[in-house]
Amino acid sequence: MSVFGPTEASLATPSEGQSWLERIPVAYWIVGLILLIMPAIAGDFMLFQIFGWTFILGLIALGLMFLGGYGGMVSLAQMSIAGVGGYMVAIFGVSAIDTISLGWPWYVAIPIALVIAMLFGTLTGWLAVRTEGIYTIMITLAIAAAFFYFARQNYVMFNGFSGFNGVLPPMLFGVDWRGPAAFYYLTLFWAALGYLVVLYVSRAPFGLALQGVRDNPRRMSALGYNVTAHRVAAYTFASLLAAIGGILLTWQSAQISPGTAGIGPAIDILVIAVIGGMRHPVGPFIGAFIYVILKTYAIDALVTLGLAGERFQLLIGIAFLAIVFWSPDGIIGLWDRLREDRKRDPLTGRGGEGP
Amino acid sequence: MNADLNGGSTISERLGATGTANALELKGVSKFFGALAALTDIDITVRPSERRAVLGSNGAGKTTLFNCVAGDFPSTTGTIRFFGEDITQFPPHERIRRGLRRTYQISLLFTGLTVLDNIFLACVGVSRSRFSFLRPGRDDALMASAENLVRVVHLEDAKDDQVATLSYGQQRQLEIAIALAGAPRFILFDEPAAGLSPTERSELIEILVGLPAHMGFIIIEHDMDVALRVAESVSMMHNGRIFKEGSPAEIEDDPEVQALYLGGADG
Repeated sequence: MSVFGPTEASLATPSEGQSWLERIPVAYWIVGLILLIMPAIAGDFMLFQIFGWTFILGLIALGLMFLGGYGGMVSLAQMSIAGVGGYMVAIFGVSAIDTISLGWPWYVAIPIALVIAMLFGTLTGWLAVRTEGIYTIMITLAIAAAFFYFARQNYVMFNGFSGFNGVLPPMLFGVDWRGPAAFYYLTLFWAALGYLVVLYVSRAPFGLALQGVRDNPRRMSALGYNVTAHRVAAYTFASLLAAIGGILLTWQSAQISPGTAGIGPAIDILVIAVIGGMRHPVGPFIGAFIYVILKTYAIDALVTLGLAGERFQLLIGIAFLAIVFWSPDGIIGLWDRLREDRKRDPLTGRGGEGP
Repeated sequence: MNADLNGGSTISERLGATGTANALELKGVSKFFGALAALTDIDITVRPSERRAVLGSNGAGKTTLFNCVAGDFPSTTGTIRFFGEDITQFPPHERIRRGLRRTYQISLLFTGLTVLDNIFLACVGVSRSRFSFLRPGRDDALMASAENLVRVVHLEDAKDDQVATLSYGQQRQLEIAIALAGAPRFILFDEPAAGLSPTERSELIEILVGLPAHMGFIIIEHDMDVALRVAESVSMMHNGRIFKEGSPAEIEDDPEVQALYLGGADG
């Protein structure tokens, strides 16, 4: 029950006499500033491929962190829900497959895509919350597998194996949102928004109650909470995060195909959330960054060392093992322990106060 | 202290609506765990505002009775009526939302949260803000009623402490505050005095006696002193059955009770 972190202030005591602006920790200003001026420092490949991808995968994994960290439910269907979001913008919006795509304007297609993905996620949750632990993982994995094979074999709606290409973001405000800097800011915006909303909701009645359900469902129902409804609602919210991520992912590669939402990518989302850590919404983004770096540079690193480049998955696997071995709660767990060891936080200068 | 306990007028409205129905009416309630009968054919009628003590040795079925009434697990047979409404098939949260409350013998508290947040969570549970995505503001009504309950159970000094750091006695007081959240119509107290020091015991009695007069409850209690001071009627349980009901004085003087329970308590 320690996830109600002792460092978090109580709900009841918003520090008096301080505006919300003053209460933002220094670290947020620094990270925020660096992220904002990144396009001035980093090259196009970094912006579009590394950071864009990191923010997207982080956003999808953020939904899993919300479910797993606050709700105690591990779902492998997050990537499938993202896939549904991506497919639906392709089907209802514009793509190169104009025999299937309806070509509706973005302001119709995107809301429809989000709603359908959330319905799919809610249905998944409704099935999954009847089970616990390993069985939740099995059910959601089965749903992920079913979606993958369905999308691959259905040519009427999903265009089968090849899926949809030419799915582009709208030219809003005359900006090409697939330009490196524009796409960087687009994904940064949604990632930051998702992060802040999750952080905020974690201390709002819905989030608090979800953590209560995770720690003690029996007590929660004796307090008047409908435990099942709360869990399903958590899936709905996680689906919204996944659907936004899925649409951005589709725009990034300008295409969506069954492979985007296959079993491998579904498990990758879990790997990302575990590497980063499920205790805090920053975890999935750290995990996504490590994953993207490994996925992008592992081949080069192996070839430089004179090893076969195609073994890059092995490197990712070893990194995953190492992190889980040394810190079961991911990078943020390592970070927390480092802080505790030093008893002082060098960034904020806060002392290591007792419990 | 009592007048503002619930921070609303819902109690009187509900009392008006319920008319003359009994607070709790159990008819033929049994509970089997496989072949083991934990409760056999229980009939209990408790009026609104009545304060009833349930006595009985360990394994007599007292907590099982609470679990059936609160819905933690369903009874095998029989019907349970709460202010006239048949709640036998209701899930726990539906019973709680109708004004039933219970405390647990082994505290089921959120130890990582502060005292105030625990009570706040209980207040939210019986309100419509259960699914709210908005954090409570400075003048949030639910937070105000939570602050109020902190005072009712004398935990002002500890309200921002994490529950894990509280003494055992304070945790029991917090249990009671949680049971008082929202607008309870009837409360089941499961051995609230167990493990308390004499001072904490008298504080507990003070809290229970000080509850609003319309708020009935059933209290499971081993300590006769506590039970007889807060209750106006007593039910004796033994081997999953109720075998005697009466006023505290009657029960105390009953030779059968003395033989079974009082005599065997501590020799």
